[in-house]
Amino acid sequence: MTAIVTGARETGRSFSDRSPIARAYRRFLGRSMLLMIALIIIGAYLLPLLYMATTALQQPGQSTTPGSPVWPASPQTATYQGQQYPVYSVPMPDGSTRSLILIEPGRESSTFVDPSAANPTPIEWQGRWRTLQQAWTFSPLLENFTTAWNQLNFPQLMRNTFGIAALSTLGAVLSSVLVAYGFARFRFPGKNLLFIILIATIILPFQVTLLPQYIMFTRLGWNGTWLPLIIPHCFANAYNVFLLRQYFLTIPRELDEAAMIDGAGPFRILRSVVVPQSLAAITAVSLFHFFFAWNDFFVPLLYLSSKPDLQPVSIAIQEYNALYATQPTLIQAAALMTMVVPIFVFLLAQRAFMRGVVVTGVDK
Amino acid sequence: MSASTQALRHLPAPARRSRLRPSVREALWGFGFVGIWIFGLLVFTAGPMIASLVLSFTDFNMVRPEAVTFVGIDNYVRMLGDPSISASLIATVKFAVITIPVTMVASLGFAVLLNQPSLPAKGPLRALVYMPMMIPLVASTLVWMGFLNTDTGWLNGILRALGLAGPDWINSDVWVYPALSIMGLWGIGNFMLINIAGLQSVPTELYDAAKIDGAGRWQSFRRVTIPMISPVLLYNLVIVLIGTFQYFTQAYTMTNGKGDPNNATLFMNLVLYREGFVFNHMGYAAAIAWLLFVIVLILTLVLFWFSRSRVYYAGGDR
Repeated sequence: MTAIVTGARETGRSFSDRSPIARAYRRFLGRSMLLMIALIIIGAYLLPLLYMATTALQQPGQSTTPGSPVWPASPQTATYQGQQYPVYSVPMPDGSTRSLILIEPGRESSTFVDPSAANPTPIEWQGRWRTLQQAWTFSPLLENFTTAWNQLNFPQLMRNTFGIAALSTLGAVLSSVLVAYGFARFRFPGKNLLFIILIATIILPFQVTLLPQYIMFTRLGWNGTWLPLIIPHCFANAYNVFLLRQYFLTIPRELDEAAMIDGAGPFRILRSVVVPQSLAAITAVSLFHFFFAWNDFFVPLLYLSSKPDLQPVSIAIQEYNALYATQPTLIQAAALMTMVVPIFVFLLAQRAFMRGVVVTGVDK
Repeated sequence: MSASTQALRHLPAPARRSRLRPSVREALWGFGFVGIWIFGLLVFTAGPMIASLVLSFTDFNMVRPEAVTFVGIDNYVRMLGDPSISASLIATVKFAVITIPVTMVASLGFAVLLNQPSLPAKGPLRALVYMPMMIPLVASTLVWMGFLNTDTGWLNGILRALGLAGPDWINSDVWVYPALSIMGLWGIGNFMLINIAGLQSVPTELYDAAKIDGAGRWQSFRRVTIPMISPVLLYNLVIVLIGTFQYFTQAYTMTNGKGDPNNATLFMNLVLYREGFVFNHMGYAAAIAWLLFVIVLILTLVLFWFSRSRVYYAGGDR
C-alpha cells in the first residue's frame, strides 16, 4: 500500500532526483545539516566552559575595561624613541583606520606615530583621543592558575578529595557487591519486602536522617574527621545494589552450580564466578560513587568546614569564592582546575558511565 | 582465609551441609549478605529517622544537650508563623514551576535530537551533553555565575549584541529562578540518557502503523512516543521533583548561604542548614526536615496516583 503511494508520488520527480548519486548526496546533506544543528546546540550548551577558560587566562580587570575584547588580551603598546606608548585604532581623514601609537595626548588634537613606518614621523590628528578604541593584543595569562593553585593549596586539596572519594568508593562498592549478591542469588523469607524497602530509600530525603547522624557522629568524636564522609557509605545503597543485582541476575546460574559441585562456597562463587563476569557493572558503580564523593558538598560542609587541612576541593573553592568574588579571573582558574580530573576520567570511561545510567534508570 | 577453611572447601559438599537443611543454609547466607545493608539501614537510616521525629518535638541543641525539654508540637506551630519557612516554600515552588518543565523538555529534546538515526557521532555528542554532570556543582555554579554576570557575563553580552538589554540574572528576585533553571541544564545528562533508552525501546512497528494511519512526525511523537516512554518520563519527573526540594549547593555557593536576593534563594534546605547548624536550633531543624519529607512523600504519591491512568507499562504487570 505505502509502496504504491510513494511510487505514485515519485513519478512526478525528475530523473536526476532519483539517481543513486543524487540520493546519496541528499542523504549526506541531511546528515551534515543534522550534525551541524546538534553541534550548534551543544556548543551553546557548553559555552560557559569557554567563558571559564577565557576568563581564567585574562588579566585581572580586563572584563570591566570598556572596549576590551572577549579573548584574553592586554592593551597593545609599542616603543618609540626608547619609550612605551599605547596603540590606538585611529580613523584617518581619508576614511581608513590605522594602528598608531599615541605619543602626545591633547584635548582637541593629539600627536600619533605610525610604528610600522621605516622612518616614523609624528602625525597630528584632530579629535578627542579618549573616543578612540585602544588596540589589544592576544596575551593569555597563566599566572591566575599559579596564584589560585598556591592560595588554595591545591595539591593538598587533591589529596584530600582523592582520599575521601577512594575510601568511600571502596566501602560502597564492596558492601554493594555483597548485598546485591545476597539479593540476586539466595532465597530467604522477606526478601521481596526488603528489596522494596531498599528501593524506597531512594525517595527518602537525606535531611530526615541528617541531624541525628550529626549528633551521633559528634558524640563519637568523628566531627572534623573523614569518618562521617566514609563510614555511612560502607553499608551499600539502593542505586548501587539495584544496578549490580540487575547485572548479577543476567549471569547464568549454571555457572554457580558448576562451581558449587566443585565444592565452592558462596564467597568463592562470588569471587571467581560472579565478580569476574560483572566487571563492567562494578566499574560503572565505582565510577559513579567515586564522582559522587568527589563532588559532594553538603556533608563535607557540615563536618569539615572548620578543618581546612582535611577539606575536599568543593568546600575549599566555595570559601575561596566567598573571599575572592571580585576577582573572576582567579575564580574561573580555580573552577577550571577543579574540573580537570573528573572531566578527564569521564572522557576516558564515558562508555561505562553512560551504560550504567541506563541500567539503573530504565529498569525501575 | 585460614588453612582449615581452605581444607573444608575441598571436602565433598554433603559432609558440610548435613547439619542444616539446604534451604535454611541458603536463607542464612542470604541474610548474611543482605545483613550488611540491613545493619546500615537500622543505624544510619531507620534509627536516625525515628530519632529526628522525636527530636522535632524537643528544643534540643548541641551546646546544652542536657537541657533538652519536650515541647510538643511547638516547633511545628512555630513553622506556621516563621517568615523564612514561608519564604522558602514560595522560593521552592517558584523554582519548581520553572525548572521542572525546563529540565523535562530539555532532556527529552536532547534525547530526541541525539537519537536521530541519521545523526553521525551520536556517542561522542551524548558524552558532551552528559559531561557537565561530572563537574563539581560548586565549580559549575561559579562558572555560571560568571557567565550570567550582569555586566561582564557572556549571556548578557550576546543579548546586547542582539540589541536586547539582559536582565540582572542572579541579583534579581524574579530572574534568579530562570537563571538557576538554565544552570540546572548542566544536570540533565542522566535524564537524557534514560530518555534515549526509553526512545530506543519503542517498537518500530508502532511508528510504521502510525504512518499508515496517516500520522505526521509530530502526531506520531505525541501519540506514540510520549505514551510509550511515559514510565521513563514519570521516573525522571519523580527524581527531578525530589532534587528540587533538596536544592542546596548551588544556592549556598551563589549567596554564601544567605539566600539573597531578597530571600529568593532561601530554599528549604538552606533554612534547615541555618537553623540546625548555624543557629543551633536542632529540634526546630528536625521539624523542618520532617516537613520536607512529608511534602516530598505526598507529592510523589500524588504523582504516582495521578499517573496511574496516564502511564503505559508494556506487559501491564506493574
